Amino acid sequence: MSSDNEVLDAITTATQPDQASIDRLHSRLVELSAIEGLLDASYTFMQSPIGELMLVASDAGLVKIAFENENFEQVLVDLSERLGPRMLLAPERLEHVELELMEYFTGARKHFDLALDLSLTGGFRQLVQQHLVQIDYGSTKSYKEVAESVGNPKASRAVGSACATNPLPIVLPCHRVLRSDGSLGGYAGGLPAKRILLDLESAA
Amino acid sequence: MKQPFEHVVAQHAATVLRVCRFVAGPNDADDAWAETFISAMRAYPTLPPEANVQAWLVRIAHNRSIDIVRSRSTHASPSETLPHQDSTIGLPEAQDHEIWISVAQLPPKQRLAIAYHYLGGLPFKEIAEILGGTTESVRKASSDGIKALRASIIKNSAQEVTR
Repeated sequence: MSSDNEVLDAITTATQPDQASIDRLHSRLVELSAIEGLLDASYTFMQSPIGELMLVASDAGLVKIAFENENFEQVLVDLSERLGPRMLLAPERLEHVELELMEYFTGARKHFDLALDLSLTGGFRQLVQQHLVQIDYGSTKSYKEVAESVGNPKASRAVGSACATNPLPIVLPCHRVLRSDGSLGGYAGGLPAKRILLDLESAA
Repeated sequence: MKQPFEHVVAQHAATVLRVCRFVAGPNDADDAWAETFISAMRAYPTLPPEANVQAWLVRIAHNRSIDIVRSRSTHASPSETLPHQDSTIGLPEAQDHEIWISVAQLPPKQRLAIAYHYLGGLPFKEIAEILGGTTESVRKASSDGIKALRASIIKNSAQEVTR
């Protein structure tokens, strides 16, 4: 029996994959699946002043920015239900997004120039989220003011939930929406993150 | 609930690569691996959630590896079976595992039975479904293959000593 094990050891050693081969094959899979239209979404992770972020893109554009406290694994599982399960870790497909965000975090970028996929949101929430880009960099509006500017002055609470469910925070700047008394209100990435973004924009 | 395909790749990439190396040979293994995962990705949305993912991938790896091995040998002689002897196996310079020479000399059924059982983790019964024949015949092919490899390892190491 021990000599059978010797044979199996030899087989195991001879076929042993090294990490470099696996990485190379993974990149090839990303490339081929994109060409063949099999990729439902790609994702990557990046470090930022407000913690680690997960970026997810479909063919149509950036579809989700997740904060660490949302539980990345859970977000991936949810997205695989909503966008399709064929998602691959593919930093190379999100390089331009990561670059623009890095420029934003250093104060060098005030507007994003990215294709966005708003398929995770809809209705009044989407209307509000799309409106957010009209709040200038470095300035803020109250939930009430946003409700007024989308033509529904009584909808402050609905504006609040639109901000809370914004799939593309930072890029659609829900951090620029505060309570009427100037207090922070809420933020999916946590209030300290909201504070950091507002400070960053007022300093730049 | 279906996991993101990245998790499937992360969990099974190495196993599938081992199987492809053993079946298609080290030179064609990368192509076989890539085609296996592309085929798997195409079919993934319709894979039943309770399916054994590793067994599913090994079956696909079998089909893709055989396709590649066949297409490499069609120019010489169109054949319904795997080519015998070492016609399709190349030895990359960096890889000096002498066992590849012995693996190349195994009859196809022995080689595939070993690959899918010991590297792919499939039970003999399931391998019999893929290759045809009885569970017993697959078990025997595997055991004969291991014996043949052992004999050639012993022979090679004896040659080492006399050199």
